[in-house]
Amino acid sequence: MNKKKRRLISRTIILLLLGAALVFALYTNFTKDKNESLRKGSDAPNFVLTDMEGKAHKLSDYKGKGVFLNFWGTYCKPCEYEMPYMQNQYKNFKDQGVEILAVNVGESNYAVNNFITKHDLTFPVMIDKGREVENAYRVDILPVTFLVDKEGKVIDIITGALTEESIQKHMERIKP
Amino acid sequence: MKEVKCDCGHVNPFGTKICEKCGMLLGNDKENKLIDMRYEGSARRSQTYQKTFIDKIWNFFSSVKVGVTLIVLALVASAIGTILPQEMYIPSTATPAEHYELEYGWVGKLYYELGFHNLYSSWWYLIIIGMLGISLLIASIDRFFPLYRSLKNQGVTRQDGFMKRQRIYGVTKLEDQDINLEEVKSRLKRQRYHIREENGHLLAEKGRFSRWGPYVNHIGLIIFLIGALLRSVPGMYIDKVLWLREGERKEIPGTNGEYYLQNNEFTLDVYDKGNEEDEQYSAAIDKTGTIVKTYQSDVTLYQRKGETIPGEKVDLEKLKDFKIKVNEPLKQDHYALYQVDYKLDELSTMAFNLMNKKTEEKFGSLKVDLNDPQKKYDLGKGYSVDLISYFPDFEFDEKGEPRTISKIPNNPAFIFKMHTPDKPEGEVSFVAIKKNVEPLGENTYKMAFNGVETQDVTALTVRKDLTLWILFSGGIIFMVGVVQGSYWNHRRIWIKRKDDEILIAGHTNKNWHGIKRDIKQALESTSLCEPTDQLEEEKSSTKGEALNG
Repeated sequence: MNKKKRRLISRTIILLLLGAALVFALYTNFTKDKNESLRKGSDAPNFVLTDMEGKAHKLSDYKGKGVFLNFWGTYCKPCEYEMPYMQNQYKNFKDQGVEILAVNVGESNYAVNNFITKHDLTFPVMIDKGREVENAYRVDILPVTFLVDKEGKVIDIITGALTEESIQKHMERIKP
Repeated sequence: MKEVKCDCGHVNPFGTKICEKCGMLLGNDKENKLIDMRYEGSARRSQTYQKTFIDKIWNFFSSVKVGVTLIVLALVASAIGTILPQEMYIPSTATPAEHYELEYGWVGKLYYELGFHNLYSSWWYLIIIGMLGISLLIASIDRFFPLYRSLKNQGVTRQDGFMKRQRIYGVTKLEDQDINLEEVKSRLKRQRYHIREENGHLLAEKGRFSRWGPYVNHIGLIIFLIGALLRSVPGMYIDKVLWLREGERKEIPGTNGEYYLQNNEFTLDVYDKGNEEDEQYSAAIDKTGTIVKTYQSDVTLYQRKGETIPGEKVDLEKLKDFKIKVNEPLKQDHYALYQVDYKLDELSTMAFNLMNKKTEEKFGSLKVDLNDPQKKYDLGKGYSVDLISYFPDFEFDEKGEPRTISKIPNNPAFIFKMHTPDKPEGEVSFVAIKKNVEPLGENTYKMAFNGVETQDVTALTVRKDLTLWILFSGGIIFMVGVVQGSYWNHRRIWIKRKDDEILIAGHTNKNWHGIKRDIKQALESTSLCEPTDQLEEEKSSTKGEALNG
């Protein structure tokens, strides 16, 4: 009887281990695409970039505030689509502790400045010349927006163009 | 469920068909002429305990039928995955849903809708492979331990019934003369049999380790599967592409900012008929045109000094210069950089002259850096040019507005405003390659094209694979198992001395011819009768009956 019990226990353990390995295999495989980007809930990688007015912005300095971190390019149509909405909502949420950091994916100053003038952007726009921030955030598709809460955690990652309404909703989420 | 005590006194696990020690038949197959020697008649555990839910799962995976079914399923699925290209191999610009139907018709549509376009990472494929792994392991555990136990406990003296039912069996009647088995023993020893003796009975055995071959093989397979599994674990496997213009220095993606790479020069060498060294290739060159000799990137590798955050100015330390060629990657730590693609003559600057259209008189020239254009170009003496708009990769959108589709200067276009002393307000000119449009009316001046500068771009694959050695060792162990199981045979010869006869029986797991030869050599020129192959006898006798009938 004792032997039987031992056998049952050992079989259970082996099956559990193998089952766990299988679940792990499935899990890692299905989070693989997400591994390529950041995971929700992880700390937002810190960075420092200088905006077009020469002011340096360090992400960690925005602790206590929500950061609407947007990656964009002038050649990307959906990026251009959402910019005016971001500008509108920026005015509303600025005093409520939500900051926009718009990171351009390494284009020329000329292109970015032209774009800012065209859309009358007043939030900080910065160029990631070395593509390092892009690498750190594993940016693949543009536009992509990282919602960083007041603790510096990425609470959501949104790819694709945003409507004004959804921008407002997302800003509410990161409002401190 | 009781253990089975054999008449010889040996206690066998429940379910044993042949006593481990003496070979007494414990099952019901006493009727059969030959006994099934698979797994030594040991009790495969799965077959015997069917009580709990856990046991049922265990038995499912232990079954060879289930294992074979899984193999067949995996095989068929893998084959289907090769019929049409997988999603990762279709052009990245295409939408998969449309692409498959467009390219392959309804077959493609079906293929896509059934999820075969992403077959190898689909949940059901992974579950099949995972279950196959589980089946391999459990089936091995379930067979190895009883077999091991059985072979370890085997006795020298075997029951007559056991010997009689071996495929190779023979009896020599002793008529008063006594036979000395010493000669046979020493011959078997010379054939590298291990001899055990008990009361004058003999057991000669060799190559038992060949029985472990399949299990070693399975261990290798499982290690291989684990290696494949680890690929999707972050940090174990990196596969990225880095595009670098000549003169450009960038962070190597996937290294977390640890390494930077600078492209000093990219060279594309072709075989040249005029060159003496390449003369032997002249026929091939005539046939196909240009043949590339080398793709080479001269690069410099830098390492970051100290901790910095992305975007911050980094202190770089030069590690080495290297020439990356195809199959000659730059290796650093676990990273390897392979030459994978290139782009020749990407535009880098474009030069223009400000010119009076009629007189063709030039009023200065300017050079636009296509990756960093300026807003204003002052030509002096009251002449200047404003760059109003710049489209590095120009096309007209649906509304007929100029736009750029990327930031790469593949097809640059400009809108200039030319200020001159006689036209201080400025004239607007739209300039693209082989295009000069005056959208706001006739101009006096134009921007005359004055040459370009180009640079080459190299593309490198950044690869890190920490699973490779696991895959390798899995593969090697797999092969060791195959060799162990196929190039050695487990042969046993039992010789039992009775009062008036000597029984000889033999068994091998494969290559019956080999054991017969061994026995023949051992018995040569003794008065012992050579045992016969009962299976062959049976065959020939049934054949005979058929003929007679």
